[in-house]
Amino acid sequence: MIPAAFEYVRPASVEEAVAALAEAGEDAKAIAGGQSLMPLLRLRLAYPDALVDLERIGELREIRDDGDALLIGATATHHQVMRDPLVREHAPLIAAATATVADPAVRHRGTFGGSLAHADPAGDLPAAALALDAVVLARSVRGERRIPAAEFFVDWMTSTLEPDEVMTAVRIPKLGAGWGVHYEKFHRTAQAWAIVGVACAVRRERGAIEDARVALTNMGPVPVRASAVERFIEGRTVSENSFRSAGERAAEGTEPPTDLHGSSEYRTHLATVLTTRALTAAATV
Amino acid sequence: MTAAPEAGAPEVGAPRRRSEDARLVTGRTRWTDNMQPAGTLHVAFLRSPQAHARIVRADAERARERPGVVAAFTGADLADEQGSLPCAWLVTDDIKHPDHPPMAVDEVRYAGEPVACVVARDRYAAFDALEEIDVDYEPLAPVVDMDAAVEDGSPLVHEGLGTNKSYTWVFENGDLDAALRDAPVVLERRYVQQRLIPTAMEPRSVLCVPEGDEFTLYSATQIPHILRLMLATVTGIPEHRLRVVAPDVGGGFGSKLQVYGEEVIALLLARRLGRPVKWTESRSEGNMAVHHGRDQIQRLTLAADEDGRIRGLKVDLLADMGAYLMLVTPGIPILGAFMFNGIYKMDAYSFTCTGVFTTKTPTDAYRGAGRPEATYAIERLMDELAAELDLDPIEVRRRNWIAKEEFPYETVAGLTYDSGNYEAATERALALFEYDKLRAEQADRNERRDPVRLGIGVSTFTEMCGIAPSRVLGSLSYGAGGWEHASVRILPSGKVEVVTGSSAHGQGHETAWAQIAADRLGVPFEDVRVLHGDTAIAPKGMDTYGSRSLAVGGVALYAACDKVVDKARSIAAHLLEAAEQDLEFTGGRFGVRGVAGEGATLQEVALAAFAAHDLPDGLEPSLDSDATFDPDNFSFPHGTHLCAAEVDTETGMVRLRSYVAVDDVGKVVNPLIVEGQVHGGLAQGIAQALYEEAVYDAEGNLTTTTMADYLLPSAADLPEFTTDRTETPATSNPLGVKGVGEAGTIASTPAVVNAIVDALRPFGVSDVPMPCTPERVWRALRGERGERGGEGAEPGAGGGLGSAGGAR
Repeated sequence: MIPAAFEYVRPASVEEAVAALAEAGEDAKAIAGGQSLMPLLRLRLAYPDALVDLERIGELREIRDDGDALLIGATATHHQVMRDPLVREHAPLIAAATATVADPAVRHRGTFGGSLAHADPAGDLPAAALALDAVVLARSVRGERRIPAAEFFVDWMTSTLEPDEVMTAVRIPKLGAGWGVHYEKFHRTAQAWAIVGVACAVRRERGAIEDARVALTNMGPVPVRASAVERFIEGRTVSENSFRSAGERAAEGTEPPTDLHGSSEYRTHLATVLTTRALTAAATV
Repeated sequence: MTAAPEAGAPEVGAPRRRSEDARLVTGRTRWTDNMQPAGTLHVAFLRSPQAHARIVRADAERARERPGVVAAFTGADLADEQGSLPCAWLVTDDIKHPDHPPMAVDEVRYAGEPVACVVARDRYAAFDALEEIDVDYEPLAPVVDMDAAVEDGSPLVHEGLGTNKSYTWVFENGDLDAALRDAPVVLERRYVQQRLIPTAMEPRSVLCVPEGDEFTLYSATQIPHILRLMLATVTGIPEHRLRVVAPDVGGGFGSKLQVYGEEVIALLLARRLGRPVKWTESRSEGNMAVHHGRDQIQRLTLAADEDGRIRGLKVDLLADMGAYLMLVTPGIPILGAFMFNGIYKMDAYSFTCTGVFTTKTPTDAYRGAGRPEATYAIERLMDELAAELDLDPIEVRRRNWIAKEEFPYETVAGLTYDSGNYEAATERALALFEYDKLRAEQADRNERRDPVRLGIGVSTFTEMCGIAPSRVLGSLSYGAGGWEHASVRILPSGKVEVVTGSSAHGQGHETAWAQIAADRLGVPFEDVRVLHGDTAIAPKGMDTYGSRSLAVGGVALYAACDKVVDKARSIAAHLLEAAEQDLEFTGGRFGVRGVAGEGATLQEVALAAFAAHDLPDGLEPSLDSDATFDPDNFSFPHGTHLCAAEVDTETGMVRLRSYVAVDDVGKVVNPLIVEGQVHGGLAQGIAQALYEEAVYDAEGNLTTTTMADYLLPSAADLPEFTTDRTETPATSNPLGVKGVGEAGTIASTPAVVNAIVDALRPFGVSDVPMPCTPERVWRALRGERGERGGEGAEPGAGGGLGSAGGAR
């Protein structure tokens, strides 16, 4: 289909972008790779009055070391992120989840920040960001905000990003030594969205799990931390049994949707199986 | 890799790379949507958001006032000139055949049916203006379930018909009651062939250019010749004032074997406005409005003896027509009537098919068209029979199939299979597959209670193609014949133009036809140009579908080449001052038997014919020849396909581990093209087994309008295919060819589902409805039946792009 008409602005700096969004008002949208927004425009499911294109702003694409964390620029492409040596070393869970996003063509255009801002519960990166306690940095004419991932996703396709805010970067605390990670994605075809996904990072010490971060994709309107799993597994010895018992707690407190790709009941079941697998894989890396 | 054959070696049989691919793959070619004559106007269609409703009021006035808009019409505005879309296959005398206006006038009967259109200076303006068209609908009851639709008291799709049954078609042979009576084994099964959306890579597109009272219509169609005749019939524009061009066309799979309302409307708009008009569909529009495929409920009864020999088969079908009968809608399930018996011998057979109207997109031909549905049924039943009798599925087939020495064989369905060798194909497939080794692994996994089980699926299929003998089509009430035409023109320089009535849309005719002509005429491959797909250039043809191009059109070319050689022989004899019977034609040159050095090449003869200075009295100064071939019989490709599937019993996920396809498509002109057809066919058949399904909700809305919800596999989702061939020539044509366009699709679906069920039999599972989604497999393992995972699903609710817009 064909999008409805919209104004188009292509600022050269973050300052210009922030100003453009402030001027355009409530019905403006920032666009970067366009891999999520363009289909919505074409299907006329979204009708923004104006698009502010962030593609020309070089500083938004940078990935850099920030001491105890990484700063991933909002418009760094998936392709860039998954191959970046810093990301692979300090945030391997992000690299692993990113490698499962759609297909190479999408990964060359789609952006890290864009997929967080889109806040699709079936997206792979929100759960990974949540598991790692990422912090979103956003700027507007009113100043800069730091939004923890746990507060960023508020509802189906809705984040706390204000209409006049530009996401500039995402701060990912580094994982230290001893961590293993895994992103377990369950989908029917290579390019399809996750029916359920599990983002998992665990720290092993002396044959036991000392620390665990587990977040779930598509088990509700927003990505969710599997807190019951984390609580259960922390301090337990690494064994098939403990991972299985931990997995059984995966769906606690979730409200998975029913759609064409799976019922709520099936997703609940999948979460338990996939969480067990993700823990096992992360702990044996 | 592969290249041209050595000089002097035969072209036929050489794995030549396709000469058309460079332009097709890069897109540097004439797709219909690439063409933009000066002044072209763009059309957009407003489509019904409701499955079934009365149109109370439709008003396009405000749309006409929008900037850039040239005209806007509702169905009522064009009611007097738009006519009714044709159905050319009225399978019974008393078939119910409702009118089908290209744009709905009084009532809409499926979501996505066109109700109005806008013509504007660009696509954007046309699309924007659609939102200004007011249509008031009075909802009527949707009819979405075939079983319910045929019950008394069901809401009706067409009130005036008094029933939702379009027709009932029956074929019977042998005494089925006797076969069933006291049969030691009687299997009763109900299988559902889900509705599929054809999804060609190139969406539909049509451009109509008026010149005075003549029109050139470019369309992404498989059938320029049939379309021309039908457009003339529907609109009253004389056939000789219409030229239809199918430029390069990016796939069809049957979906472009159609006369679409959008094509008729484009022609009418070009006539009204006197300017070129173009319409190209979007993917989501196409999912709703391209005709769909399959959609049958099959009730099957198989009677067999204790040793596994089949006594008889009863087939009772409900076939979903959708809301209207389109070009060959009613005939599609009837093509399957002759295939439910597969490669097996039996005494009695009964086939009954009822065509049912529903408030859904009309169905029609989709790759295989009737034969995949039939093959699925019989091949699933053979596995069920093997399980019932605790026989190996290969063995139960062996006990029933037609032995190689029994050909030609008249089947219980009344066809004569001319040739085949099921033993050879099966032996080869078993060896390539390492059947015994995989069976051992399967037993081991079962023994260990491995959470991932292995299943082996068998499909020993045949199909009827090379459509078709005109007399047979006539006896089935089809509205046309099944011949094909070819012309060969020898240019003065000796170069060759081949004109074929078979219109390629991705099959590689330009390469294969040149290979045939090069061999028959003894000219280099590069000297042959193949022309097709334009009624002004290739005026006569029956087009491309039903795996007919080579087995009918290729044979016409073969015959036309022979006529050229015959004509050339007379001239050569005159030039060489020899008797015709003393000439021999080899390697493109006439030589005189016993006289070394004497001879004339075809090029020399062609030049002599062109100059015409010195020709025998009474001889036409031309070598050009035409031939029209009408086969005496169908052709019957067959093969043995074996699939190994790993089923994760914890999640229900199916992973295909290996797939062996040994096909017998007769003689092969280009093995590389055959290989490509088999690969693509397998992907499409596997997709029915695992991925694809057009889903309608209870209100009749199509919920799979985007490719996020209508899943298609890519190479990443498919196993490496092991393909091989046995070669049993067809006896029905001089090339010995059978056709390969649909074989892979027909064979693979049951092979995959048989493999899944085989993996799950230790859990008491005997069926998984298609597509075998992980959730359905999981539910089958939990002992649940049912045809749909995610009942009451809200599209898009789970995230992903989804079809969040429904039938927008």
